[in-house]
Amino acid sequence: MSATAVAPRLHGIRRRRGLVLAALLAAVCVAVVLSVTIGAKAVPLADAWTALTAPTGTENDIVIRSLRVPRTALGVLAGLALGVAGALMQGHTRNPLADPGLLGVTQGAAFAMVASIILLGTQSLLAYIWFGLAGALVASVAVFALGMVGGRGGPTPVTLALAGTAVSAFLYALTSALVLLDEQAMDVFRFWQAGSVAGRGPDVVWQVLPFIVVGLVLALVNAPGLNALSLGEDVARSLGQNIALTRGVGVTAVTLLTGAAVASCGSLAFVGLVVPHLARPLSGTDHRWLLPYSGLIGAALLLVADVIGRVVAPPGELEVGVVLALIGAPFFVALVRRRKPVRL
Amino acid sequence: MTTTRASVPLRVAGLSWRVRPRGVAVTVGGLLALALLMALNMRLGDLPLGLADVVRATFDPSVPEHFVVMELRLPRALTGALVGAALALSGAIIQSIARNPLASPEILGVTTGASVTVVAGVVMSGSAYGGVSGLFSALGIPALALLGGLAGAAIVYALAWRRGLDGYRLVLVGIGVAAVFTNVKFWLLTVGDVNDTGRAMVWISGSLNGRGWEHVVPVGLALAVLVPLTLLGTRSLDALRYGDDTVTALGVRVNLARALMLLAAVLLAAVATASAGPIAFVALAAPQIALRVVRCAQPPLLSSAVTGAVLATGADLIARTAFSPIELPVGIVTAVLGAPYLIHLIWRARS
Repeated sequence: MSATAVAPRLHGIRRRRGLVLAALLAAVCVAVVLSVTIGAKAVPLADAWTALTAPTGTENDIVIRSLRVPRTALGVLAGLALGVAGALMQGHTRNPLADPGLLGVTQGAAFAMVASIILLGTQSLLAYIWFGLAGALVASVAVFALGMVGGRGGPTPVTLALAGTAVSAFLYALTSALVLLDEQAMDVFRFWQAGSVAGRGPDVVWQVLPFIVVGLVLALVNAPGLNALSLGEDVARSLGQNIALTRGVGVTAVTLLTGAAVASCGSLAFVGLVVPHLARPLSGTDHRWLLPYSGLIGAALLLVADVIGRVVAPPGELEVGVVLALIGAPFFVALVRRRKPVRL
Repeated sequence: MTTTRASVPLRVAGLSWRVRPRGVAVTVGGLLALALLMALNMRLGDLPLGLADVVRATFDPSVPEHFVVMELRLPRALTGALVGAALALSGAIIQSIARNPLASPEILGVTTGASVTVVAGVVMSGSAYGGVSGLFSALGIPALALLGGLAGAAIVYALAWRRGLDGYRLVLVGIGVAAVFTNVKFWLLTVGDVNDTGRAMVWISGSLNGRGWEHVVPVGLALAVLVPLTLLGTRSLDALRYGDDTVTALGVRVNLARALMLLAAVLLAAVATASAGPIAFVALAAPQIALRVVRCAQPPLLSSAVTGAVLATGADLIARTAFSPIELPVGIVTAVLGAPYLIHLIWRARS
């Protein structure tokens, strides 16, 4: 094929990818509108708008400003974070079974929270989140260090994945032992485990925002390097990639994104497992596109699941983690069955 | 590297196997360690016994402790060893088929399916121990678990089958189904009373407390039938790692071989889970530990099973002694014990 024939084709691919990106953005916007207006108390779109722009202190204004908006914002942030983190994790480990909690992040967060409840008597949500974040970071650093020791040029995918699984299992066991001995911690833990974005105020959103923003930036910076790495470590090295650095940046991004999301919303890490498989047929294997697609799909999915959870079981709510699994997973299975899966 | 060959051929009347001396050594050594651990375990209880007393009471019916050992302690120790072996063997098969060290019976829907039905049973009936309904008494939980495990596997299998069984598609479908089951389980745990949640958590972690012969027999039978069958299938399992096209060209009937081995893995995991709950990490860690100790490319089936038995039995010993008189669920300890060892092995292999 001559160079003149390649150029228009490449142009067409870029155009299509841009269109898909726009469509996904639009989907997230629709989900945001749904999330702000639908709930135990339905608020018309016009009222929601006045509540945001010119609040007068009516009941609707309070519902929108103090409940719906923070909840929606947290949903968008967590969805973005988990989608991107999942794609990064699967890219770095080259394993379709890798979820963003694989490096011990989820279980590290859970253990730190439960330990803080039992040992320090922590009771506020904000404090739980700080402990969760700290636990996530420590666990992830430990796994990376374990995978790193003794190797040349950073940990291989398999050692990372296995070390992460081992550390996760270890921490989960400790957490189970603690909650079996302490009923109050068990009560907090079981709701955290189900995963929810309800009842989180604006302070929670501000608390996790910096971590997620930094994580997203690092993830996008990491994308070209990850593309090179997926050709194999030797090829990547001969292309001039610093493999240890690329892995380090990727793992840092995954840790920040996943740590912030699970500390604030509970163990939703499996979102990050499923979403990249939904995004890959649209994006192909180029991580520069896969990462944003995964993030946007994650955000849209999480918001829609949260809205459904609010309305299916009145007067109560169904946790977003449960709804996500119930709608996300069958969709995912159908997709896997319908077409030949795009391999990593 | 030593000069001994990694494997020697063994030929009996036209049949031939590859035998790895190192694998045989690990298996035999593992069995000896297992016997010792089981004996140590059987010392514990309301009536403390010495190691010599245990051995005598096991083989000599005239000793007064014979009854205690035979009716209470031996069944518990056997349940631990057999369940560990069954889960590990199941894990080894699944990891070979999926060609993925992270695969475990979880992705076949077995343990997660069993967890959903049992947690539902515990939460709905309000009691894990008989209670008013009587529906979920001693026999109810294993039956529920078996039902859930087999149903879960059937769902994964049916959804993954499409003109053949692709290993990659099986893994992906397994992830999806496991996600549903796991989150339904999480939700069920939030629905009930917090005390029921505690009881359900003990079962989910995997526990050997109060296990009797009725728990030993099903796992023992399953192993007696399935271990020889899976060993016969080792050759096709070894071939499966080269990818479908190559294997077909080598003359292995891919789908049939894979389907039969998967069925064996499902049955082993389902029966084991019914007896002792989904003991965490044994199915995943034991094959990985075994393949690193034996130094071969794929999880060795028999060595994996022995490793799993040793892991579960050793963990039970620690679970009963570490915080005595409080007894931890064995599954908690298998992870605490198995994880550092696995990390150590990965570490050693790298340096």
